[in-house]
Amino acid sequence: MAFDFNSERPIYLQIASELEDSIFTGVYPEETQIPSTTELSVTLKINPATVLKGMNLLVDENIIYKKRGLGMFVTTGAVERIRAKRQKNFYDSFILPLLSEAEKLGLEEKDIINLIEGGKEK
Amino acid sequence: MSIEIKNVTKTFGKVKALDGISLVFEEEKIYGLLGRNGAGKSTLLNIISNRLIKYDGEVLIDGETSVENDRAQSKVFLMSEVDTYPNAMKCKDILKWIKEFYPEADLNLADSLIEKFQLDKKKSIGSLSTGYKTIMKFIAAICSNAKYTFLDEPILGLDANHRELVYKTVLESYSENPRTIVISTHIIEEVASLLEEVVIINEGSLIETDSVENLLSRGFSVSGKAGEIDEFIKDKNVIGTDFVGSVKIAYILGDENIDSLPASLEITPINLQKLFIELTGEEK
Repeated sequence: MAFDFNSERPIYLQIASELEDSIFTGVYPEETQIPSTTELSVTLKINPATVLKGMNLLVDENIIYKKRGLGMFVTTGAVERIRAKRQKNFYDSFILPLLSEAEKLGLEEKDIINLIEGGKEK
Repeated sequence: MSIEIKNVTKTFGKVKALDGISLVFEEEKIYGLLGRNGAGKSTLLNIISNRLIKYDGEVLIDGETSVENDRAQSKVFLMSEVDTYPNAMKCKDILKWIKEFYPEADLNLADSLIEKFQLDKKKSIGSLSTGYKTIMKFIAAICSNAKYTFLDEPILGLDANHRELVYKTVLESYSENPRTIVISTHIIEEVASLLEEVVIINEGSLIETDSVENLLSRGFSVSGKAGEIDEFIKDKNVIGTDFVGSVKIAYILGDENIDSLPASLEITPINLQKLFIELTGEEK
């Protein structure tokens, strides 16, 4: 996992999204264990409370769950839930910033569509 | 259970080293104690650990006075920047003494760290280089398992590899035995992610005590044309300003949500080091 401590996002959010990404891409398959708080804390040199806060975000979203005395495991159906969430966020995360930059640059809707179609052909 | 510092003032001659400081070190948290040279960090640590006993105010360790109180002091370990061990004392003997004073001390951990850092424990502390002196003092401190462990400049003179090993050791040991660990340092950028709480002192006064996350969420910079910036910041807590060409940047530490930002201005979060520099800067 890569962290950018100078980035604009709080570290616990970065932990949550990095873990989520690893689950989504199959690094940690469903019903397998993810690294412990201590492991992540020591390897990444991040305060355990911060790591835990990031993990708890994923617990709240039912992407991971706690097995008492064992650790955190990936929930069945987690990948599908992540996909659904990301599709829902696609407009806010990608389309809105695209439109706002396009407006600054004076690009019109047909220009953007041309660019997208051009990009697909590559 | 905590260390409570209540309205502590300490003067050396005419110089006020600490000016009415009140703060709490809570249980089982990692703190950063940040301040510029001469801010009063070491004085504060010396007061907590009974090395300075004449001052105004009060320090309570788990509710008991810290002054000349063995039971309270047995919960406190200070790794200090100055050398407090006799120069001729061998490293392995220092550890033996630590165990006498701190029965919970973990000498197995000490041995494994001595190996990891490749420290020669048969050497006397006085014969070690600056870096290895720091390492020896750090090993003694972290192995003491003291409920309140204070590390004053624990990475002084260490190379990047050894600094990394220090950070990992702190987190590993803390995970194994959660306790209060206070790291006092100048190298803010490197330790920022280790900390849960931060205490900032400047010229003997407390200027911030907050969780790192909360502090960072309160701080941001805003940049744009000078006139628009001035209008935007007039009712905000500005801690510093910069100019880059004709663009003005203002650093703000606020509590209020920013809901109306003119489109021509840009907001960026700031990191702990930058926040520290602006909070403790000369021109304010």
